[in-house]
Order: sequence, then C-alpha cells, then structure tokens
Amino acid sequence: MAVDVASRVFRPAKRNGEVPWRPRSHFVEYGLALDLEGNVIDEVLAVPMLAPRSYTREDVVELQCHGSDVCLRRVLRACLEAGARLAEPGEFTLRAFLNGRLDLSQAENIGRLISAKSVAAADSALAGMQGGFSALVKGLRKQCIELLAEIEARLDFEDELPALDSSILIDKINLMWYDVQQALDTANYDKLLQSGLQIAIVGRPNVGKSSLLNAWSKSDRAIVTEIAGTTRDVVEAHVTVQGIPVTLLDTAGIRETDDLVEKIGVQRSEAAAMGADVIIMTISASDGWTEDDKKLMEHLQMNQMSTSFATPIILVINKIDCAPSITEELFEVDTGIFKKHVCTCAVTGQGIVELEKAILEVRGLDSIPAGGRRWTVNQRQCEQLLRTREALSRLKSSICEELPSDFWTIDLREAVLALGEISGVDISEEVLSSIFSKFCIGK
Amino acid sequence: MRLRLRPMAAAAAAAAVASPIIPSFLHPSRRFCLRLSLSMPRSTQRCFSSRSCVPCRRLTTVAASAKGDIEGVEERFDVIVVGGGHAGCEAALASARLGARTLLLTLNIDRIAWQPCNPAVGGPAKSQLVHEVDALGGEIGKIADRCYLQKRVLNLSKGPAVRALRAQTDKREYAMEMKKVVESTPNLFVREAMVTEILVGNNDKVEGVHSFFGVDFYAPSVVLTTGTFMSGKIWVGRASMAAGRAGESASQGLTENLQYLGFETDRLKTGTPARVDRRTVDFSGLEPQHGDEQVSWFSFDPDFHIEREQMCCYLTRTTKDTHKLIKDNLHETPTYGGWVEAKGPRYCPSIEDKIVRFQDKESHQIFLEPEGRNVPELYVQGFSTGLPERLQLALLRTLPGLENCLMLRPAYAVEYDYLPAHQCSRSLMTKKIEGLFFSGQINGTTGYEEAAAQGLVAGVNAARHSCGSPLIVLERESSYIGTLIDDLVTKDLREPYRMLTSRSEHRLLLRSDNADSRLTPLGREVGLIDDRRWDLYQSKQAHILEEKQRLKSVRVSGGDLAAEVTLLSGQPVKDSVSLESILKKPHVQYNVLDKHGYGNNLLTRMEKECVEIDIKYEGFILRQQSQLQQIVNQQHRPLPDDLDYYSMTTLSLEAREKLSKVRPQTIGQASRVGGVSPADITALLICLETNRRKASERKRLKSQRSFITDVNDLNSSPVLTSHAVNSN
Repeated sequence: MAVDVASRVFRPAKRNGEVPWRPRSHFVEYGLALDLEGNVIDEVLAVPMLAPRSYTREDVVELQCHGSDVCLRRVLRACLEAGARLAEPGEFTLRAFLNGRLDLSQAENIGRLISAKSVAAADSALAGMQGGFSALVKGLRKQCIELLAEIEARLDFEDELPALDSSILIDKINLMWYDVQQALDTANYDKLLQSGLQIAIVGRPNVGKSSLLNAWSKSDRAIVTEIAGTTRDVVEAHVTVQGIPVTLLDTAGIRETDDLVEKIGVQRSEAAAMGADVIIMTISASDGWTEDDKKLMEHLQMNQMSTSFATPIILVINKIDCAPSITEELFEVDTGIFKKHVCTCAVTGQGIVELEKAILEVRGLDSIPAGGRRWTVNQRQCEQLLRTREALSRLKSSICEELPSDFWTIDLREAVLALGEISGVDISEEVLSSIFSKFCIGK
Repeated sequence: MRLRLRPMAAAAAAAAVASPIIPSFLHPSRRFCLRLSLSMPRSTQRCFSSRSCVPCRRLTTVAASAKGDIEGVEERFDVIVVGGGHAGCEAALASARLGARTLLLTLNIDRIAWQPCNPAVGGPAKSQLVHEVDALGGEIGKIADRCYLQKRVLNLSKGPAVRALRAQTDKREYAMEMKKVVESTPNLFVREAMVTEILVGNNDKVEGVHSFFGVDFYAPSVVLTTGTFMSGKIWVGRASMAAGRAGESASQGLTENLQYLGFETDRLKTGTPARVDRRTVDFSGLEPQHGDEQVSWFSFDPDFHIEREQMCCYLTRTTKDTHKLIKDNLHETPTYGGWVEAKGPRYCPSIEDKIVRFQDKESHQIFLEPEGRNVPELYVQGFSTGLPERLQLALLRTLPGLENCLMLRPAYAVEYDYLPAHQCSRSLMTKKIEGLFFSGQINGTTGYEEAAAQGLVAGVNAARHSCGSPLIVLERESSYIGTLIDDLVTKDLREPYRMLTSRSEHRLLLRSDNADSRLTPLGREVGLIDDRRWDLYQSKQAHILEEKQRLKSVRVSGGDLAAEVTLLSGQPVKDSVSLESILKKPHVQYNVLDKHGYGNNLLTRMEKECVEIDIKYEGFILRQQSQLQQIVNQQHRPLPDDLDYYSMTTLSLEAREKLSKVRPQTIGQASRVGGVSPADITALLICLETNRRKASERKRLKSQRSFITDVNDLNSSPVLTSHAVNSN
C-alpha cells in the first residue's frame, strides 16, 4: 500500500529506473516528487522500509523533502491524492503493537518518551522501549509457565517423571520474587520522575535553612540575614537530583512566637513539613542539639503520628565550619528518628552532594544507576507486579506447608495471568481500555 | 423433489452391491409420505416435551399406494444414533429418556458397549468425566459401579481436584449390563445396520440415513458415533485388513459420503495390547495391587453402591531383554518402519514409542489386569505394540512372570477416519448440516469416558433439536465435559485426544465431589434427572449446608480433640475455637472430628468429603473463582456469526484463515484456536470494539434524525448455557 502510493508520487532520478518503481528496502534513493498531473513539486529522498523490517512491520516509505512548509504541504497533498490518508494519532505505534513488533509496555513507553519532560524521564522511557522490562516480564512469565508445566505433567504422568525437588523450586521462586521486587522498586522512581519530590527544610530560627536552600539551588532565592525569623513565608526553589525534579521548601523557623506574621509562617512551615516527601531537620553545629530542637522534633513527630504516615527525616548539621570538631554527643540524639544525618556548610556548599545521596537513599532510589538510564514501571504495570509478587509469596508458603502440588498451580497461574497483562498477552478489560485511551481508533 | 446427495465414488461402490440409487421419483409412496411430512406444521411434527417424556409420533406405517405395489414400511424417528459404543449408548439413552423416539443403529448388536481396549473406567481426569456424565443422568458411572472387578482412588496426595477413581471392569458383564439398559429403555429401538449415507434435504438439513442394504431411516436429528469403524483398518506388523476392531468388519462408504457433503476427514491411529492367558502366568514374584478397602463410587445414586468381591491386578516391568528385542526390531513396527502415517496418541504410547522416547529409562511399569471374573484373559496394560505377531509372544515372555505365558489375542493397531471437530459447534451439531451431530472417536478423541461425555451432550441436543428446543452448551469452565468439547471444536487436533487433569485450568472448582452440584441442576432442567434423583440431590446439598453451619457455630476448648489437632497440625489450638477452624488446620481431616465425637453421624462419607474440601481449601477455591471470573468476563464475549475475518487487515493472515475456518463462538474460543496469537486477539477485540462504537454512533445519529428506533441485536442465537457454578 505504502509502496503503491509512493510510486505514484516519487520518480527516481535514475533514468533507466524500472516502472513501476520497485523500491529496495533500506536503500535511500534520490528523485523527484510529482503531483498527479506529473508536475515536479520537490526534489526528495525516498527511504523504503519494507515489511517486516520497519517500525510497524508493514511496508513504510519515507519521503524527505526540502525544509519548507510549502514543499511539505505540496508533497503531502500529492500523497493524499495518490491514495494515502493521514495517520490517526498514535496509529503507527498501534499498528506496531498489533503486528507484534512491540508489546503493550513498549508501546506505553513510546507514549511516555514523546511526553517526557526531563532527560531522565526520556531515558527511562527509551530503556523501556528497548525491551529491558518486557524481556524481564516475558522471562518471568515463561519461567512460571515452565514450572506450571512441570507440576501439571506430574499430575497426569507421575510414573514417567522424576519427582520435583521442592528446595530447587523454592530457589527458583525466590529468584523470580526478587526480580519482581526490583522491578517494583522502579515504580517509585517512575512516579518521582513524573511528579518530582518535595523536600521541606525545617528547624529552629537562624540555623541557616535559607542559606542551605540558596547554596543548594545556587541562587539567592531566599533572603538571608543575621536576624532570627527572617523567613516568614515558605520559599520554593527547584533543583534536580539524579534526574528527579526536586522542589525545596524553605520554611520559617519554628518557635513559640507572639508575632502574628511569624505565627502564620510557623503554621505554614508545619504544613509544608506535613506535605513533603522528605523533611530536612536542620540544626546548627555551633549550638549542638538544643532543648528547642528536641521540642521541635517532638512536635513534628506528634503531627506525623496523627496522620499515621512517617515521612523520612534527615538531620542536617549545618554551619559545620563554625564547629570544626564535632563532639560525639551531637550524634547521640535519638537515631531512631532520623534516617540519616549529614554535615553541611551552606557558605561553602560542603555536604550538599552527601545530602542528595542521603535523600536518594531514604527514598529507596539509591539502586538506580547514575543518570537514571533504566526502565521504570508505570501504575498499571505496578499493580500487576504487586499481584505477581503476592502470588509468588503465597506459592512459597503453599510449598513450605506441604500442601498438595495441585494447589501450587493456582498461584502460579495467578502469576502468569498478572505478568501476561503487563505485556498485553492476556487481554483484560483494563488492557483494552488502556489501548483505546492511548490510541485514536476508528472514530 | 427431494434432493439426494451422493458422492460418485460411494455411489459406484454401493451400486455394485445393493443398487439403492433408484431416483426417488420412482418411489411413489416415499414421495407421498414426504409431501405429507412437509405439509405437517412444525409444532405437531415435533411436539414431544422434554419434561413429560411422552413420545407423540408413532412409527409411521405407510400403506401401499394407489397402484398397489407393496413398498414396505417407512421408518421414522426423532433421533437416529449411528453406532452402539460408549458414545452411542449415552446418546441414545439420553435422547430416548428425553422422550424422543430414538433408533440406535449398530453393526453388531452383540457388541454394544464393548470395551475393546482397557477393561477399565475412570482414572485421572477421566473419572471426573464419568462423575459429570452421572451428574447429568448418564449411564457410564452406574454400569462401572455395577461391574467393577477392582476399584482404587488414585492421586490421593495431590489434592482434591486431582483425586481420581479408577475401576477395573468385567468387560463382558459391562457390555451385557449396558445392553440390558439400552434394550429396556422406552422409546429406544435397536437395529443392526451399516449406514453408508446421510440423507440431506433442502436447506442442508439432515433427513435420515441410508443403510448398506438399501433401507432409509428418517429423523430430523442424526448422531454419528462411528468410533474406529469408519474405513477402519487393523494392523499387526505389516499385515493389515479392513476392520473396525479385530474380528469385526469396518464401515465402508460413509467417509466418502461425508466428504461429498463437504466435510474434511483425516485419519488417526490407536492400538491395543496383547491378551494373555492368566493360567500361564506365574504371579508368585509379582507385586499384587489390591483394590481399596473402602470402595468409592462413580455414581451419585446410592442405589448403585453395591459392594462386590474385588480382584487383584499385578505389576511387572520391562527388562533389558524387552528393550533389546524392541530396539533390534524397530523396523518391523508400522511407525518406525514407516508404513502407517496416521498419528497415534502421545498420551497412550506403544511400548516401542516409550523405549525410543525415554532412552534413559531402564524399565517401564506394566500392569496385568483381569478382563473378567469368568475368563482367563489378562490385559497387559502399557504394552501395546505394532510388532508383527511372530515377535509378540517372545516380547511378552521377556516380562517377569510371563516367561511361559500363552497369548490369547495379539496386539494390534487400528487406523480409522475421523472428522476434525472444528466442524462442530459446542453443541456437537455440525456447522454444515443442521441436525447432524458427531460424537466420540469420530471427533478425534480416545477413551470410553471421553466418548460417553460427548455422547450424552450429542444425545440431549439431538433430542432437543428434533423438537425445536434450543441446544445446550456446557461452558469450558463449567465442567471437564465443557473443557473437552471446547478443546475439540477449537483446537486443530491431529492426534487422538485424551482428557488430562492439566487440560482444565480451573480444576479446583471442577472436582469429582462437586460434579453433582455443578451439573445436576442442568440435568434436571434438561429432563434427565427424575424426581427421585432430584430429591436425593437436594437433600445431600441441604446436609452439606447444615453441616457447614454447624461446624461454624460449634466451639470447643481444650480436651482430647485439641490435643490431637495440635499433634497433627503442629499448631496450637486456641480456646473456644470453632470446628470449622480446626478443620482448616493442616493434616486435620473430618475423621478426626468423628473420632472425638464431634462428627455428624447423619452424613454419608461423600457428604463429609464435600464439607471437608469446601472448608479446608476455602481460600484457594475463592481465589480460583475470582481468577475464573476475570477470565470469564472477557472470554465469554460472543463473536457474531457473520464476522468477516478476511476484512480485518490487522489480523495475521494465518489468524484470518484459521478463524474463518473454525468460526469460534466466543473470544475465549478464538484465543484457543491454533495459529492465533495474543496479538491477533488484541486486534480482534479492537475491531469488535471499533465496530461497536461505530454502530452505537450510527444508532445515535439515526435516533437523532428520526424517531424510528432500530432494535437489532447481533447476538440472537438462542443457546442455553450452564455457567461455571460452585456453590460453597
């Protein structure tokens, strides 16, 4: 079809070219684009990619025109007149999917690549397209099906087969479980790639929160003075930590105050701390762990308890330059509260890198290789991976509890179903509606 | 004038013997009769009711015509069943019991319900089929319960869904008992005849069959159960003869007729081992295999639970000598010698297949099974072979215990014609010819149980078709019968199909113990379950329900029971724990409750088993039910009959061809058609969804333009379906 249309529009420059045009796959040919009356409308390069070696696994011909709107429009019109039609949004990818060139998760990644807002997001979509994740899912599904076959064969033909070694079986299942868990970990990263992280910097007045924000974002976003309580409102700054967009929130120092404006600022600080993904509790190295710091922490923890959700807190010991030799007792603060502690100097920028690393660690992102060039899973895939993981866990306990082998097959089959949904092998209503929402079909 | 379709080849063959090709206009009486039947309104012509079981149409005797020549008797029925094997018997019995005037045509009345191969019924997966047929009011389970020589429950440790009852049967007694039932069933007429032709009327509707000796039998429904007889040919080594079984003539001519009618036929092969004289076998060194002390039953009907004395089977093994003899003579076997091309079953391999395929296995188990109480024959299970007869005795004598044995019958293979079953819909009615049904080995299966299961479905549907009722379909997930038929009609099977446990994806829901709760209500609805059976069924279900409630409410603290439960399960028992929770603990069975006086003496063993399984494995059962639901929602989506697969360019070429050929009725079926990939199914779903959206868009526009509403439902084929049921 594509070749038919192209041969009506394209005339190769080679004089003794065959009629009709017989394209050679993956071979660039120079020639003229003609309209239906035979008028030359542009000089073009034709790039034929014949089935199945093309994006869609169907015949594809690309015409490369001169970079002008007029040329492009005229060639396009000639193609339409020659019998082509405009592709629906996403149609090429849909065809690639339907022709088995891409599985559903790869197709989804193409959508993500096109809409990627950051380099890291684009990288992860690319990695997904290249099939790392698909290969993993396919591999896991294959393993499950093989296990299923092994077990089921023994239901019908026990005499002819050696008995299953359940410890080997458990090992296999553990490996699969681990793979699933690893893939699940990336879900977190994927979500952060899309939505970013919110980090609230809290602490007593005058411990250098605003300086930290300025040093980190390499700006003068926040006003810094010697006067305690300078920052009254929440100040935002944006940085990128390993490809993840991070919003820093500088907050008013939290203390008992009668100043109405400062009071509101303190309330806002607390609210910011509550809504953040990570809290950075800042103290001053020169003052050490003070009674006020302790009170503030207790207050924060009270708030957290009421929401029953524990935001990870990192202790930052700022102004490290003012107290070069940190005494041990500084670290004797209750380590249970803080996931990590980092020493920084906002003036020199010392410790910022360590702080970023600590943030990645507390969010469980440290396993992501630098540059973030790795596939991630989206919400739909994540749900099915969770389903797989649960099934594998139950399978393990069935084997350990020595339930009859027929019961093992029930959870294995569950895992197969879940994995099949990820790549679109097993079609469910959700998969179908996902396809219809992503591609524009038959309107 | 009536159209008679006759293939030229068959016509020539038939003409040579009997000459039945007199044009119908030379039969004035037949014409007269035909006109009569055509003018009869449909309602009076087919008016038996499936409940009342009153046949309304009597044997039609047509008097001589005005000219005075004696033309004979016109034989009219509601249903004709061709073949008297395990499919044919179930089909004929079901049909007759539904009140249809049924004719059973067989080549030899003395061989009705013969067991030409294994003298056994049941075994893994097959036993589920038997229980299911029984739950629907079929016969096979009752006859097996009545004629058993030995019974054993297999796979006890693999879980309740895999447990399987197997009975060795007395093969002569079995045939006799089934024959008695067939002969004493009202509405059922038996006749010896070789059918050579299907009579087809206008609109591709079946009208009856024509026999080799020139008689026409008329009925609006015909069930073919030809077994291994259609163009059958038996082989012993290189020697072959036309035969359906050893000593019985094959059926000739029907294949050509079916081909002429447009059916695709193909060839399959199966085999049966030698029989030896038990008086010449030395059992002293062989491992005996006794039956279960506590006998289990196929039938849900307690009237058939009559215990009898059991016989013993024996276990022997192949030896080095066996393997050497076979390896040295492989070229003498049909498969490896290359003179039989038809495919044999992978799941029931000949001994040479086993030795070639499992090279590293030094020995294979061989079972010696009695064929009856009063006959010396022993069936040598696992030892079928295509070797020539002159080598067979030597081969048998390599087995321990058989060193001096005498052979009574040689092993032989049989080749026969079958019709790939994608030509049937799930009702087992053919897609081409209305009123024509296939069941049993003609559909490519092997095994008495598979045959019986199909026979029952075909018989019910033949009867329903003859009176204009909608046909029944058993969904795949409703039963092993449904799974069997779904596999047959969707997959392109090229080897004999045997039912296996693993073929059923949701087997935990399709257990032997709950076959009645899954299918007896359908049997009742159809009309095969009488009031007595229905009352039995209902009281059983009530008992189970009450007992479950009792176990939930009765609580115990400490005592002997708790101590034993702790011991058995290795888990502590809390105070005031319900009997239900105790039963859920690992390794604790209902008999523990019995032992400590917490059981319910009013329950039968079968009822206790149902209660135990439902409670003990509740979590798994629920999980499988939800898996099933997920699949069912998607897979039961119907496919319109008139889908043009060739126009769906997003489907692969192979999928377009296969789907056009098989014409699946649902998405689930389509996904199981060979050569159809998951991507094809996605594409198909997208096409359907697109069509649906377009249609609803058109509808919307139309209703905007005018007030005329168009109510045109695509899916109008009236099919009564049984859904996956599991009432816990």
